[in-house]
Amino acid sequence: MKYLKQFGIIILISFIGELLHSLIPLPVPASIYGLVLMLLALMSGRLGLDDVKETAAFLIEIMPVMFIPAAVGLMDSWDTIRPQLIPYAVITVVSLVVVMAAAGRVTQAVLRRQRRGKGRCGR
Amino acid sequence: MTAMIADSAYFGVAISLLSYGIGWLLHKKTGVAAFNPLLISIALTIPALLALRIDYEIYYSGAQYLGWLLTPATVCLAVPLYEKLSLLKSDWRAITAGIVSGVLSSLLCVLLLAAVFGIGHTAYVTFLPKSVTTAIGIGVSQELGGLVNLTAAVIIITGVLGNVFAPLICRVFRITEPVARGIAIGTASHAVGTAKAMEMGETEGAMSSLSIAVSGLLTVIGASVFAQFY
Repeated sequence: MKYLKQFGIIILISFIGELLHSLIPLPVPASIYGLVLMLLALMSGRLGLDDVKETAAFLIEIMPVMFIPAAVGLMDSWDTIRPQLIPYAVITVVSLVVVMAAAGRVTQAVLRRQRRGKGRCGR
Repeated sequence: MTAMIADSAYFGVAISLLSYGIGWLLHKKTGVAAFNPLLISIALTIPALLALRIDYEIYYSGAQYLGWLLTPATVCLAVPLYEKLSLLKSDWRAITAGIVSGVLSSLLCVLLLAAVFGIGHTAYVTFLPKSVTTAIGIGVSQELGGLVNLTAAVIIITGVLGNVFAPLICRVFRITEPVARGIAIGTASHAVGTAKAMEMGETEGAMSSLSIAVSGLLTVIGASVFAQFY
């Protein structure tokens, strides 16, 4: 019964997420509403970690394979991409590197400054 | 052969899992980062379908059930995030600063490169939401008048590249703090990158999950502003 209950709770939250998605006119997917709902439920203590833990771990573990069908769909988009291949490739690769570097470096810089500040207060 | 496959309910899922399994074995035996299981499975499945003359629609009619699990799996990303909630409380300033700079640099980078290459407004708004999770990105692209299929393709490519190159980019830019790594990966390459962040560590995975939601929501607002600029 454990897995049935856990899967049931996860699907129920996904369903509520879907309802919110169709009620609220924003381009926010059901999954993001569901993620926030799940987090709030856990934080409020209404939902215990034991109520979802194992099934959540399983779903997260197999998550990469869920992207395969959409990625294989690239074989149908190739004709749209090919005429502008170089600009599209440059935009995709350059912005990936820039964003990852910017987000990571800024987070790290603020973290370290904060820690140094705390260290000084401690002394 | 093709007719038998076209009638099969499990072919799409089976070939996806099989190719992923081969990728995982290659990765494990060789330890070569380029042998990313997700990348290998795509690189094996597409030629296999072409060689067997199977249309994408036939493959997808079975494989779509893997995608069906994506919403529940994304909902579950709240669990590792909840387990690292203390980090969110202590480091919220750094986390917010990191995600905001990531989202802004994504929009700015697309704006600059679109202008340099002169790709036109439609292609520009198609690329604006390229760093965020597919469902948000498609919604944004549609709203701004972009090419939705192309947005979906670019988002997937960005995610796969993020998944493959995240460890390398973190090393080159000396991003060593687990919180910073997670924020970097999630902001730049959404859920597909997060799958890699989960392998790197619990903190990386939790912070990457958080970034998917926050950067996605910020992009909804940011992209509609940036759409006016070119």
